[in-house]
Amino acid sequence: MSEIKNKKPEDADLAVVVEVTESTETVAAAEVAAEAVRDLPHVVKLYGEPMANMPKDLYIPPDALEVFLDAFEGPLDLLLYLIRKANLDILDIPMAPLTLQYLKYIEAMRASNLDLAAEYLLMAAMLLEIKSRMLLPRPKKVEEEERDPRAELVRRLLEYEQMKAAGAKIDALPQALRDFHSVSIWITDEVAERLPDVSLHDLQVAWLGLMKQAKVMQHHKVGRGELSVREHMSIILRKLQDGAYLEFVHLFDIKLGAPMMVVSFLAVLELVRERLIEITQREIFAPIYVKLADATGSNDVTTLHN
Amino acid sequence: MSQLYTTEEYKRVLETVLLAAAEPLQIADLKQLFDEEFDNDTLRVLLDELRADWSGRGIELVPLASGWRFQTKPEYQPYLDKLKHEKPPKYSRAVLETLAIIAYRQPVTRGDIEDIRGVAVSPTILKSLESRGWIDAVGHRDAPGRPALYATTRKFLDDLRLRSLSELPPLTEIEKVMDLADTAQA
Repeated sequence: MSEIKNKKPEDADLAVVVEVTESTETVAAAEVAAEAVRDLPHVVKLYGEPMANMPKDLYIPPDALEVFLDAFEGPLDLLLYLIRKANLDILDIPMAPLTLQYLKYIEAMRASNLDLAAEYLLMAAMLLEIKSRMLLPRPKKVEEEERDPRAELVRRLLEYEQMKAAGAKIDALPQALRDFHSVSIWITDEVAERLPDVSLHDLQVAWLGLMKQAKVMQHHKVGRGELSVREHMSIILRKLQDGAYLEFVHLFDIKLGAPMMVVSFLAVLELVRERLIEITQREIFAPIYVKLADATGSNDVTTLHN
Repeated sequence: MSQLYTTEEYKRVLETVLLAAAEPLQIADLKQLFDEEFDNDTLRVLLDELRADWSGRGIELVPLASGWRFQTKPEYQPYLDKLKHEKPPKYSRAVLETLAIIAYRQPVTRGDIEDIRGVAVSPTILKSLESRGWIDAVGHRDAPGRPALYATTRKFLDDLRLRSLSELPPLTEIEKVMDLADTAQA
């Protein structure tokens, strides 16, 4: 692999960094095929200026070759590239130099991109077969009937090139979503589908229903309040059942919350008003005591300060 | 529905219906709009006139393989793109070559495509074209494995603004080159 990479600066195709132009002299003629081992002459230019010597520290990224090979869509694509690049006549391909160049790429490919190699190897075998068949002397009789061994390859190359061009032409056509969009306006039909009809009457009915419900709720609240005062009067009386004094604060359970305490207090006041309990306090700030009212019900003990 | 009298009124109906339609509309669909018995030529004249009415706009009325449709003009796509955050996918050369082979040589099997391209066709290539709705399997070749035969769809034509396959760009004339090759050898 490293051997192949080292050769790269001499290879025109890998001129990722330097611009390489071939001389106008091409290897088009089939006669050249015999002496194909010779490399194509190159003139190396950097920014348009011809370069006499290759710079010693020229850097070629290690993955440049891989990127380059990835640009081909297969062996036919690679062959076409080699043919077009060298300005070869596709109808009279010099098999030897083409095969040689192709094999050079295959070598590089085998080193770096194994999974691509199978189809490329098949093509290499085909090229070598065509080349050897062209070298073999053919008996005159057979020669008339036998077609050029390159004919099938040329047919395939041309057909591929045709489809490659066709693909590019199709891509150049304006394409829906990429180059244009279909136009459609918003129709009211779709709005109606989403929103059911609502009339003023529907709103009125709904509102009245709400009001009715609210009234029912309100009634419930008042009723419960009334009941619960009476209920708490009973609860307090029950607590005082044994006739003993109970400290006023013990009548209230803070945990039950403010509304309940208010109701309890109201219940106490109500009980006092109805003279069912007695509330006493010896002096100011002393604990207040509550007990059931005496059956005799003497008024002077029932004292509510202030 | 009021009675229609003038050409303008008929054109306004066609315009409204075509703009409101989600899909391209065929001449046959449009015929149903009117109580009168229109022949296809009369309708086509109306559509052509309507098309001309819209010519100075960013939107155009075009006849496609599956009917008539209003769509944006390609020259305004750059402006539409500015509002979009996602770019439509760009097809690779492998996909485009495969599409070309199916379009020009249909119906073809995967094997046919591989013969022309000289490489294996990965299932993802065919799948991406199938999911775009541009190709589908139209049958099977009576050969070992009964391989599926692929063809392009009407949506492919619609999406490329073509009325039929004959409107595809002409192929480079390979036959001429091959003829030359034969005469050169002779």
